[in-house]
Formats: sequence, C-alpha cells, structure tokens
Amino acid sequence: MQSHIQIKNVNKIFSTGGREVVALDDINLEIARGEFICLLGPSGCGKSTLLNGIAGFSLPTSGSILIDGHEVVAPGPDRGMVFQEYALFPWMTVEKNIAFGLEIKKLPRAQILEKVDGLLRMLNLQDFRDRYPKDLSGGMRQRVAIARVLALDSPIMLMDEPFGALDSLTRRNLQDELLRIWTSLKKTIIFVTHSIEESIYLADRIVVMTYRPGKIKRDIRIAMPHPRDPSSAEFNALKKELSLLVMEEQQRHYQEEIKVPAGD
Amino acid sequence: MKEFFRVKIVENLQGFLVPLAVLALWQWLSVQAIVNPQILPAPTAVLVKWWEYLMPTEAYDPAKSGYLAWIFSGELIHDAYSSLFRVVTGFVIGAGMALPMGLLMGANERIYKLFNPLIQVLRPIPPIAFIPLSILWFGLGNPPAIFLIVIGSFFPVLMNTIAGVRHVDGIYIRAARSLGANQTTMFLRIMLPAATPYILTGARIGVGTAFIVVIVSEMIAVNNGLGYRILEAREFFWSDKIIAGMFSIGLLGLAIDTGMNRLNNYLLKWHRGIESN
Ligand SMILES: Nc1ncnc2c1ncn2[C@@H]1O[C@H](COP(=O)(O)OP(=O)(O)OP(=O)(O)O)[C@@H](O)[C@H]1O
Ligand SMILES: [Mg+2]
Repeated sequence: MQSHIQIKNVNKIFSTGGREVVALDDINLEIARGEFICLLGPSGCGKSTLLNGIAGFSLPTSGSILIDGHEVVAPGPDRGMVFQEYALFPWMTVEKNIAFGLEIKKLPRAQILEKVDGLLRMLNLQDFRDRYPKDLSGGMRQRVAIARVLALDSPIMLMDEPFGALDSLTRRNLQDELLRIWTSLKKTIIFVTHSIEESIYLADRIVVMTYRPGKIKRDIRIAMPHPRDPSSAEFNALKKELSLLVMEEQQRHYQEEIKVPAGD
Repeated sequence: MKEFFRVKIVENLQGFLVPLAVLALWQWLSVQAIVNPQILPAPTAVLVKWWEYLMPTEAYDPAKSGYLAWIFSGELIHDAYSSLFRVVTGFVIGAGMALPMGLLMGANERIYKLFNPLIQVLRPIPPIAFIPLSILWFGLGNPPAIFLIVIGSFFPVLMNTIAGVRHVDGIYIRAARSLGANQTTMFLRIMLPAATPYILTGARIGVGTAFIVVIVSEMIAVNNGLGYRILEAREFFWSDKIIAGMFSIGLLGLAIDTGMNRLNNYLLKWHRGIESN
C-alpha cells in the first residue's frame, strides 16, 4: 500500500549570483495519513524549502513528491498552508477571510455561512467575525489563518513555524487547540519548527534535518500520549537527545558563517 | 472633562489668531489708503463682491423660475459647477482608462515592456504643454479642457496602479493560490484590493493635477468657469473680484480634497494606520 505522502529522492538547488546552495539533498520520506510530523532543524537547513515543495510553491530540482500517488505540480486546496506571517488578506474581514476558499469553490451562500459559523465557534472567534485583521492580536490572526485552511476540509495541513511569532502563553493555547483539531478532524499535519520543545509537545514523529546540504539526520517516533507533560522525565530525556542533534547542526551553521571567505 | 474642553477651545482660538491678524493688517492697509485699493482691495470689499458674485443677478420672479433654480442662478455657482464638471468628467475618463491599463501593465511583464517606452516619452510632458495641440484638435470650449484634464489625471493613476500591482506582497498571492484562486479571482480579489492604497495615492495626485489644469485651461480655451472669471475680472481691473474668485477656487479645491479623503478612508478602512470612523 502506498503512503499518503511520498517524498522520493528530492533535491533542491538554488543558484543565486553564480553560487549554488544545495538546500535539499536526497530527501526520502513516507508520511502516513493522519500523522502529525514535525520538521526540526536550525535556521537555513531547508525546512521551508521542503514544505514549499509539498505545497507546490517551489518544485524540487529533481526527485518527486507524491500525494496519494499523484505528483505535486502546483499549489492546491487539498494542501492547506498556514504561514508564520499569517498571510491573512487585510482587506477582508475575519468572516470573508475564512469564506474565501469556499467562495472560490462556488458553494451555496447558506452552506458557506454554516461552515464559517462552525469554524468561528471552533476557534473561539465569534466576537471577531466582522473585524479586520489589523484589529486582531497575533494569536487571533493565526486562529483565523487556521480556520481559513480548515474551511476547505483539506486532508493535509502544512504549517511553517505558525506559532513562531507568538508569546509563550498564546503559543501553548494554540498548540493545544491544534492538537484538539488534529484529534477530531484526523488531518495529516506537517509542522515546521525550530523549537525542540514544541516538536516534542505536538508530534507523532520528528524529522531532524542537517544544515547544508539539507538531509534527514534522524527520524524519531514519539509514543507518549497527549496531553504531554513538558516536566516529565520522558519529555526531558527526549529533549536532551534532540538538543544534542540540533546543536551539532547549529554548530556547523555557525562555523560556516564565521569562516573567512578568502581563506580556505 | 471641563478642563479638556477649555483647552480645546483655547487651541481653536489660537488657530484663528494669525489669520485674524493678517486680515486686520490687510484691512488697515486699505482703509488708510497706504496701498491703492485698485491693487489690494479691503477684505470687506472682497467679501461684498463675493456675495454679489454668489447671489442671483435678477430679483426673484416666481413666474420665471422656481426658488431653488433662482437661488442657484448666481454667476459663482455657474462657474464653480462648470469647473467641477470638467474636473470630474476629465478625471473619470482619465482614471477610468489608467486603472485597467495599469492593472494589466503591473501584472503582465510583456504588456509592460510593450507600452512602457511610449509612456516614459509622454509622461514628462506637463499637461499644460498640450494646450496648443488640444485647441488645434478640439477647438474651444469643454472638449480641449476635458482633454487636458484627462491627460493630467491619466499618468499619476497609471504609474501608481502599476507600482501598486508590482508591490503586492507575494505571500498573499501564495496564500490565495493554495486556497484555489484562479486568475480572475487573483486579479479582482487579491491584486486589486492589495494595490488600492497605491491607486488612491495616484488618484489624489491625479485630481490635484486636474484641478490645476482646469483653471489654466479655462484661462485659455473656455469662456466660463472659475479660471476664466478671474482672468476676465483682470481686464476690468476688478481686483476685488479676482480675489473673491481665488478664494472660491480655494474652497472648491478644499471640497474636492475633502471628498477624496472621505473616499480614501472608506476604501481603506481595513488598512493599518487609518482610524475607521
Ligand atoms: N529562493 C531562494 N534562493 C536562494 N537560496 C534560497 C532560497 N530559498 C532558500 N534558500 C537557501 O536554502 C537554504 C534553506 O532555506 P530554508 O528557507 O528552507 O531554511 P529553513 O530551514 O526554513 O530556515 P528558517 O528556520 O530560517 O526558516 C538556506 O540556506 C537558504 O539560504
Ligand atoms: Mg523557514
């Protein structure tokens, strides 16, 4: 049986100003339906590049990405994307933002309203339906962005450091809400983060990536039941193990940055 | 609260201080005949003239016309209406052509490359420089004036629309694409609203240019309107009427600007930094 998402021998090379950066180097990954997977690694290791490949924004230089056996060639509503910068349309109210994808699908008005109502309730946004994004806090904005993606019932949710810009309390709230949504709606979630704690708190499976070239360094499964207690011994043991892995890559990143270009 | 209002009132009074002082000095210069009233008539004289200019010339006669028609039959009302009509017509035509063209040029590189050289050649020519040609082409009256206003408002709206579309943040486009937007939706619901702040800036510059152009073109190609009237007054040495006309032009400009401001606030109520009220 084929996996839900298959990433086969994916390479991505960026060439800018005569220099080539190998952002992804022979990535192979099989993701099952309903899995919550975190891509973890230091800045610049290719997490966003891989996610953008799955989203269809930027296709791999070689290799292929398949969703249910079909190769990804363009973005589509079967893969909802939540961005760190929220990317809400500032000229639309909360309601209009959430309804956007449904209006594109030309759903009947009543059905759209019903769906939007449900999502507003699910994400505690009822009081904000007629507000514009500029009047919302960061946490609220990210809720709207999540609702906008959920509206389409896409089986896959791609999230690129969605909670990176939030304060720690709001962040924990949204993590819990995401887990609740994931459990009730059974989505496949690919979640990019560079927070080790966040990845352990959320994921079934953590994929640690290496820094330049971006390879898969380790693929760890986490069996701890939810809700997970960040102060438990098991949590902390995992945290220690992952810290070492990420630290090594962070170190390579640092070495590369301080290297004098002319020497060598 | 009381204190607050007192401060407000004092502030407002302060705002009148300098204009009142200038008026007083002006009045004094004229009354004392220090300056020849032919050159600089007293503010009171200007006000009297302005009133004459505003009010109907004939006595009210119910047999001839309704009261409303009579009260608006003054020369000033006619002139202001003529000037405003030209500005609005010219601007609507100019902006109406510039907007779709700017959207296309901003969104499509090939169309941009095709038209940009021509635009770069024509754009630096001040609209005023088109006056001789416009009279040659369209004769006298409204057509040449409106033609000049079309030109004056076309380029600011065009350039800003192009810039607006080109500056649309890529993240909105990516978000919309992943939500399934097609080309038309992308254009109408993403590009156009995202470019609105730029487009409105262009529109304000365009209206400003149109207002300058209407006054100049009325001085040359038309025989009514506020611009024509103050030039006509000069031939009769009616300096009071010239000044009354100038203030009328200022008031009309202020009205247009206020209107544009309202439109701006309404269309950009979603925009950061603009208070919705
Ligand atoms: N459009 C691009 N052109 C050139 N190089 C790029 C481009 N996008 C990414 N890169 C390079 O590819 C590498 C991986 O970038 P990517 O954005 O995927 O990293 P990341 O893991 O998401 O980092 P961060 O945590 O900072 O978001 C980086 O070294 C980056 O400089
Ligand atoms: Mg990234």
